[in-house]
Amino acid sequence: MKSILKLALGLASAIFASTAVSNVAHAEDLTLCWAAWDPANALVELSKDFTKQTGIGMKFEFVPWTNYADRFLNELNSHGKLCDLIIGDSQWIGGAAENGHYVKLNDFFDKEKISMDDFVPATVVGYSEWPKNTPNYWALPAMGDVVGWTYRKDWFSRPELQKEFKEKYGWDLAPPKTYDQLMQIAEFFQKRQIDGKTVYGASIYTERGSEGITMGVTNVVYDYGFDYQNPKKAYEMQGFVNSADAAKGLEFYKKLYDCCTPPGSSNVYMGESADAFKSGQVALHMNFAFTWPGLYKDEKVGGDKIGFFANPAGPKGHFAQLGGQGISVVSYSDKQESALKYIKWFANKDVQAKWWALGGYSCLNAVVNDPKFPASQPYASTFLESMAIVKDFWAEPSYATLLQAMQKRVHDYVVADKGTAQEALDSLVKDWTQTFQDDGKM
Amino acid sequence: MLDRTADNVARATPEPLARKIRGISDKGLAWLFISPTILLLLAVNIFPLFWAIYLSFTNYRANRPNEVVKNLGLANYQRILGDQDIWIAMQTTAHFVFWTILLQTVIGFTLAWLIDRKFRGHAFWTTIILVPMMLSPAVVGNFWRFLYEPQIGLFSYVVSFVTGIPPTNVQMLSNVELAPWAIIIVDTWMWTPYVMLICLAGLRSIPEYIYEAAEVDRASNWRQFWSITLPMALPFIMLAVLFRGIENFKMFDMVNLLTGGGPGSTTEVASITLKRQAFESWRTGYSSAFAIILFVAVFGLANIYVKALNKVKQR
Repeated sequence: MKSILKLALGLASAIFASTAVSNVAHAEDLTLCWAAWDPANALVELSKDFTKQTGIGMKFEFVPWTNYADRFLNELNSHGKLCDLIIGDSQWIGGAAENGHYVKLNDFFDKEKISMDDFVPATVVGYSEWPKNTPNYWALPAMGDVVGWTYRKDWFSRPELQKEFKEKYGWDLAPPKTYDQLMQIAEFFQKRQIDGKTVYGASIYTERGSEGITMGVTNVVYDYGFDYQNPKKAYEMQGFVNSADAAKGLEFYKKLYDCCTPPGSSNVYMGESADAFKSGQVALHMNFAFTWPGLYKDEKVGGDKIGFFANPAGPKGHFAQLGGQGISVVSYSDKQESALKYIKWFANKDVQAKWWALGGYSCLNAVVNDPKFPASQPYASTFLESMAIVKDFWAEPSYATLLQAMQKRVHDYVVADKGTAQEALDSLVKDWTQTFQDDGKM
Repeated sequence: MLDRTADNVARATPEPLARKIRGISDKGLAWLFISPTILLLLAVNIFPLFWAIYLSFTNYRANRPNEVVKNLGLANYQRILGDQDIWIAMQTTAHFVFWTILLQTVIGFTLAWLIDRKFRGHAFWTTIILVPMMLSPAVVGNFWRFLYEPQIGLFSYVVSFVTGIPPTNVQMLSNVELAPWAIIIVDTWMWTPYVMLICLAGLRSIPEYIYEAAEVDRASNWRQFWSITLPMALPFIMLAVLFRGIENFKMFDMVNLLTGGGPGSTTEVASITLKRQAFESWRTGYSSAFAIILFVAVFGLANIYVKALNKVKQR
């Protein structure tokens, strides 16, 4: 009887102890919020090392891109405690800093000797700083990203196509260096029969609902002279946003859309654009660099069949639209200490090297400036080249209003044939002026 | 059985509570029963409405909780009523409401009239016709998007087969001229059965003896339709129009799924504009004012319509 009693007590103690331990472990679990995409899966894999090292469990809340901003901005605005860490979009930084959603990281960086000089400068400005170009840090650059292009290397290398192209345009069929060349390539492939299938010139961003067409258009108009404001006078937009050069850039984008995209391309963003390339429909494909590892691995269009190139240079400059995000600690989290431990761990060079190897885009100089980096992946050098020329959309607290205005104006012109490029940009200046006036900034 | 249960409950009720309940009048008891519903209604309907009215006079933004909320008076309303884009969205909504109601009423009534003939298998066909209405709008929106796909969509191939136009040129969702009609077609496909059901109820409510009397008077079928069927079914048709009108005035899901308001702003109905202002641009005060304007418009129009409906019923 005694032994049975002992056994029962032992079992009860064991159950109690295991429950208590597991409760402690759960209490330490961190929740990281991000978009549901390929790099997020890589981060799940990478974070297993963090749990091994610290005993802190990681939970993830990934939301599809189409709902990403709505979902997490609502969470932050309502002071929700769902996310301890958040990888928020670069444009959120102004609002998140001014509204107190993110923990300011300067003291933490100083204490842990994490230097922003160790990261690619464009990513520090784009993902971490608010106000821009001041040493006020709200995030650690986490996922470098930029708009670039892929092309069908196998089609480009076909002798008969090369010959025909050279005869028609007088230069060798190769990745374009200018927008004129890009247009010629797109025209050349538009509605061409390849292997018994009709293919098209290019897939570009045209999505209306969130930020798609803005990301595509800015990627091109920067190179034609579009600027957000007078570099010498903040918020002076007249003649910068709507300069004649910027209008030419917008006209180019419309011409490319009208001439050379697959039928029904009026609402294309990252997913649809990648699908158009993967299904063998297009010769050229505009997309963020995060899609490249997946496309390279694709059995049908990857490997030797795919090539990568940075945004071509325009008549007034050579830029590319910045994507990507920084990782921040949410100020409403009860587990800020553990969240900061994660940031410290993530900033480590070895972790960053593994991040890149798993499919994430590291922003650490030690990783991307490593002599072996350009050869580490077929797209690595294009990524580096692109990251050197980045420019980003407004990161003001009113970025969402500014973004919606641009979405409307450029979609109305490019896709819906409404008005002229100049009228679209003039209207955009009016919208943006109104927004900044409402904010008391003008 | 029911009495016995009631007795058991009464016996089980503690004496102090029973004494209190015995003291409640019938009216008090009625209030006691409906008060949870009233409280719920106040919490989820009435309070938000008054809160939205308050916000509509301010510059409040839900994404900037730390900012000082300023009273703007009627500025939001003035800006909305002077905003050309808002008027374009209202026109788009009116176009959408007009055509969907017209098509759904004509087709719905015709189907109801045919079903009312009670031919062999009419019950089966009624069920088949009702299927679209039973589907989730999310499902309908997604599969119609595939049907409209210019390269692989069945719709494009059917149009191509009939007209000879290449399917890739049938860009229902990308073409500025066609996109509004693409939504009208889907809404009509989905909701005509609903109108048909209401009309069918109206047709079945017409007493048979009226037709028999008309037969005795040698009234033609055409005459019977215009003098008996249509006038007697009219209140039901008008009711269907009212329901569909209110629903389509605030239509969001189908437009969002099919075109997202595009191409450009071609199919941007008022509800899409409202959502963009409220949850994408975060102009909470401004969007509250817009919501109030829409509410007043729908409420006002519906009231006028209900008065007309009552007049028709009294005739």
